[in-house]
Amino acid sequence: MSVLVEQQQPAANPFQAPRTAHNARRRASSIAIVVLSGLSTAFAVAVLLYLLLYVLRAGIPYINLDLFTKIPTPNGEPGGGLGPSIQGSLILVGLASLFGIPLGLSTGIYLSEFGRGAIAMGVRFLVDVLAGIPTIIFGLFAWILIVVPQQSFSGLSGGVALGIIMIPIVARTSEEVLRLVPKELREASLALGATESRTILRVVIPAASSGIVTGVVLAMARVAGETAPLLMTAFGNPFFSADITRPIDALPLRIFNFAESPYQAQINQAYAGSLVLIVLILITSFAIRWATGGFKRSVR
Amino acid sequence: MQQSLSGARSVARLLGGGSRRLSDTLFRGFTLLLVLVVVVVIAALVWVLVSNSMPTIQTFGWSFLTNQAFDPVHNVFGVGPAIFGTLVTSAFALLFAVPIGVGTAIFLVDFCPRPLQRPLAFIVELLAAVPSIIYGLFGFLALAPWLQSTGQPWLQKYLGFLPFFQGQFHGLGLLAAGMLLTIMVLPLITSVSREVILTTPTEQREALLALGATRWEVIRHAVLPYARIGITGGVILALGRALGETMAVTLVIGNQASPISPSLFNTGYTLSSVIANQFGEATPGLFFSAVIEAGLLVFIITLITNIIARLLIYRMGHHVGGLTT
Repeated sequence: MSVLVEQQQPAANPFQAPRTAHNARRRASSIAIVVLSGLSTAFAVAVLLYLLLYVLRAGIPYINLDLFTKIPTPNGEPGGGLGPSIQGSLILVGLASLFGIPLGLSTGIYLSEFGRGAIAMGVRFLVDVLAGIPTIIFGLFAWILIVVPQQSFSGLSGGVALGIIMIPIVARTSEEVLRLVPKELREASLALGATESRTILRVVIPAASSGIVTGVVLAMARVAGETAPLLMTAFGNPFFSADITRPIDALPLRIFNFAESPYQAQINQAYAGSLVLIVLILITSFAIRWATGGFKRSVR
Repeated sequence: MQQSLSGARSVARLLGGGSRRLSDTLFRGFTLLLVLVVVVVIAALVWVLVSNSMPTIQTFGWSFLTNQAFDPVHNVFGVGPAIFGTLVTSAFALLFAVPIGVGTAIFLVDFCPRPLQRPLAFIVELLAAVPSIIYGLFGFLALAPWLQSTGQPWLQKYLGFLPFFQGQFHGLGLLAAGMLLTIMVLPLITSVSREVILTTPTEQREALLALGATRWEVIRHAVLPYARIGITGGVILALGRALGETMAVTLVIGNQASPISPSLFNTGYTLSSVIANQFGEATPGLFFSAVIEAGLLVFIITLITNIIARLLIYRMGHHVGGLTT
């Protein structure tokens, strides 16, 4: 980096600042900020790479077909898998989408299409604040409202907790992509005599569909990795179960339970499960980046 | 945009019949109804937390915040040590994550070679996408054992004269939790700061450069004053995240009360880890209520930090960070 700085001030430059002590200090501070900020970036990148490599190295030897299909073995015996956790996670994310997507999407449509004035500002503010509330709070909410009265942990309560977490993510991403739809498209539709609702449903939403899907996928990926709200709702279950009124397993929950296990075989499976989760998140992140890149091009 | 469309809308209404306007009303009504559901859910959340906390609020009052014991056997509850642990670990995280995060943002916007700019920003944002349970797993199985065998002995040998690095080497404890939180809030600070710094007008930078300013002077006098409010918002947003983080902290903080002392080697717990550890045993009555009140406290604290952060970020005139949180 210091090379770059020197290149801007070649020796023969008639405008070069005089070599005083004051200027030497200025030059030093200029180099320092580049080096320090560069080191900060290097640190952030190194942490991510180290974390990825660590989980990859510890998890890869234990990735096999059994991991996805078998149930966990009783305490510490080798073999078995995380089948119920993967099935449970799919069910929970599906349930959460059932609540989260309609509520989030309609909030996004309201904010971008109808929302004006103080009420819309209030709703937007509320949604943003909701996004920052720790997820365990939504777990507590579903625990008090559903688990305690039912006297049973359940997949349903987990789905409700995760669904609430999805709302602000879906709402804000869909609001932002709906706003990107050009005004001319709306005007053309209205000028052709289409009603407002028809314009939104048939013109505006289809034009923003890839962005909306991005937001939905982002939200699903986020809640697929959530653990805290599931502790007191879905609870976990070592057997295959699709009954949403009973406890149900989830991949992050299983990782949590096995991480603290005294048995090395279970710790190894926690690593393998983490690897599955991390690969899932990486794939969705790359897919989203690819999709949003495409979206921005088509709108401009 | 919406105002300029209202003309086209009224023409469309003139052309359209009554039934069409009915469909518009229905669509609007349906959308509003679902928004109302969201608002009701949030209101219900507040009501449920407050009403279920009432037993402990009435029994212990403000002393719940300072009581040392969380003791189901004698029915005495307080979260003093948990509040201490929450504040210490979050403060530790901000102390390191703010300079590193803002530094990364400055580098990404102003100094980074252009082809690397977006990939590096993407990598930093991937850090935010990693689920907290994976940070917890890493902290519990890699970071804490390393701290116990290498990190803490080293700190005590060279910095042991400070009150922060004294006592037994547990590995698990406030230090491990603070370090994990540093990594976890780093991408949040970076992405908000980066977006705010990106909005600094190029003319301001060019004006200073034309006057002969160095790179540091441009950052110091053109970029930072302009971005200060937004960066502060991002930092407070990160504070909210650190205060409420549950899984990673629960795995590494040790979940054992130790006498309040400045040493970061001590184990402890946070408000969120109290909930995660205690809800399972919570019997109806005061115990149950105490767990909910711990949740209510987390809710209130993060609500306040988020409101302040959002107001600061809105003041920048951009909805920065809407997607990253």
